[in-house]
Amino acid sequence: MPRPGGTVEIRFGETLSRRRELARAALTCGPAVGWVSIFLLVPLAAIVAISFLTRGAAGGFGLPLTGEHFLRLLGFGALGFEPLYPLIIARSLLLAAGTTAVCVAVAFPLAFFIAALDAKRRAIALTLVVIPFWTNLLIRTYAWQILLAPASPLTRLAAAAGLAGPGEALYPGTFAVYIGMLCAYLPFLVLPLYTAVEKLDWSLVEAARDLGADGPRVFRHAVLPQVVPGLVAGVVLVFVPATGQFVIPDLLGGAKTVLLGSAIQQQFGASQDWPFGSAIALVGMGIVMTGLWLYARTAGKRGSEDLP
Amino acid sequence: MSGRKDSAIEVRGVARRFGDQQALSDIDLTVGEGEFFSLLGPSGCGKTTLLRILAGLDLPDSGSVRIGGEDVAHVPAHRRQVNTVFQSYALFPHLSVKDNVAFGLRMKKVAPNATAGRVARAMELVRIAPLADRKPAELSGGQKQRVALARALVNEPRVLLLDEPLAALDLKLRKELQTELRDLQRRLGMTFLCVTHDQEEALVLSDTIAVMRAGRVEQVGSPQELYERPRTRFVSGFLGSCNLLAATVRERRASSVLVDTPAGLLRLEPAPAGDAALRSAFTLAVRPEKVVLLPAAASAGENRLPARITSALYVGAESRYVLEAGGQLLSAVAMNIGAAGAATAGLAEGAGAIAYLPPAALVVLDD
Repeated sequence: MPRPGGTVEIRFGETLSRRRELARAALTCGPAVGWVSIFLLVPLAAIVAISFLTRGAAGGFGLPLTGEHFLRLLGFGALGFEPLYPLIIARSLLLAAGTTAVCVAVAFPLAFFIAALDAKRRAIALTLVVIPFWTNLLIRTYAWQILLAPASPLTRLAAAAGLAGPGEALYPGTFAVYIGMLCAYLPFLVLPLYTAVEKLDWSLVEAARDLGADGPRVFRHAVLPQVVPGLVAGVVLVFVPATGQFVIPDLLGGAKTVLLGSAIQQQFGASQDWPFGSAIALVGMGIVMTGLWLYARTAGKRGSEDLP
Repeated sequence: MSGRKDSAIEVRGVARRFGDQQALSDIDLTVGEGEFFSLLGPSGCGKTTLLRILAGLDLPDSGSVRIGGEDVAHVPAHRRQVNTVFQSYALFPHLSVKDNVAFGLRMKKVAPNATAGRVARAMELVRIAPLADRKPAELSGGQKQRVALARALVNEPRVLLLDEPLAALDLKLRKELQTELRDLQRRLGMTFLCVTHDQEEALVLSDTIAVMRAGRVEQVGSPQELYERPRTRFVSGFLGSCNLLAATVRERRASSVLVDTPAGLLRLEPAPAGDAALRSAFTLAVRPEKVVLLPAAASAGENRLPARITSALYVGAESRYVLEAGGQLLSAVAMNIGAAGAATAGLAEGAGAIAYLPPAALVVLDD
């Protein structure tokens, strides 16, 4: 017998006609879809389009279509080959990778430490981890400038301990940059990692021990596979935004080097070259997306793991 | 029984405390080579703690543990020649069945081709070869249990430790696997030490059972010894059920003793030996199925107590009765072997009867 309202399906015990299901979906998911379309997809499409246009004489952009911005990015400019932009991209990726590595090194023990605390202390520890979120990035970064300044107590302490030579300052420099980056991105790694560690099935650790695995191999075969999802989520959350970060390196590194983020800002700002700025943004995004895609592919295919 | 053989495990004076909870106190045990040994007791009796101490996953506060003659006090878990089948199975979820089984051999750096052969044989042994490439999430409870078994067996341990191996399975599967586990152990001749709270499981599987209670070993013996000659009230009640009668000695004879019980006068033969021989009062235990029910008209005689049937339950193969004799309640079980189905005609609720307690069925308890 045909039922009114077209196809009727049962979802979790509720009967719903196709039309009503669509209406409900539009109501609940509509705003988010609209938001993403207007403020993400449309601008992204614009950036793709602009990156193939030509810069106007007084800024702006127009026809004809061209691929020269991408060639310039690869280092083939009007003056012959000069790998300025490949170096900028490499430097940005390196900074992001370094930041991620430092964050992983700090977050791993921290996540285990927090997971081992009792419920009350755990809440306090997690609050402490997210406190940097509540402080403005600029204020936090300026604070580090002061703390790491040549005459600051911290610097003098480091000098006294022999960690910095006399007259050497902790700021500006690579050390200061990594301190600032760690401070900004650590929570993004600690939180997903902690969630994974908290759910860890310790009986697998005992099983691995029982089957003859020593400490490092217990970690590799019984602990790591369980926390990898959290670790990957955290790594992505840190690495991707870190590739575009330039405020912290500029303020703590002395603004001596150009990074992806500052290059884009320069093109859209001072240089008034929107098409080239768009091309840089697009290539940066492309590299990161390719990396993620490659990871997802290998992770999906990794079936039987090679045990030593 | 097993003491004369080489012992696979020797536990001497082991104690373990968690906070203010004494989990184990002064445990002495000897497990013979090739034996199926069970630690039986209610939850919280310390049996799992003892198993973990043997596996090296926990350390005793005092006492010594020898495995295959070697003192393992300073041998960490991963270097002990024992393997464990965990209650939760603890299979590695990211590895296939085959790789789970191969794990121990790979950790020991056994050559890959030897590993492959041993893994295949172990999987064959517990009949999981067709599941080799599945992940644990795609297995049923019984299959997981077999994988856990193969993963431990493949290492050919001196002793295989099993922590409530069948507890998570449903009744039918549990019975099947009990038989299988027992056959496997017989065939391999490997020493199995099994922790269980299921008395029937322990009786079916074991050569020797140690009944544990509150961190102590209550009694060690073969299933038959424990069932037929329990030494304490706890053992008599934990393995099957038992009628307990308070008895006071009236008269000692050459080879028997006459005692007074609330249910009436009883003769014990043979007379109790050891400590019990000197006591003038003790507790008697008698299994319900050893109480013989006779019609009220039967002739009176020794150990024949006049009783009244307060309840009679027909449960198919057997009938269960509760009797009252001199204010003492006695339970009795009789097989329904008569042609009409009932054990004995005329044994209905409210009727009178005679309960015959054969002298040899009476067990003197230590407490």
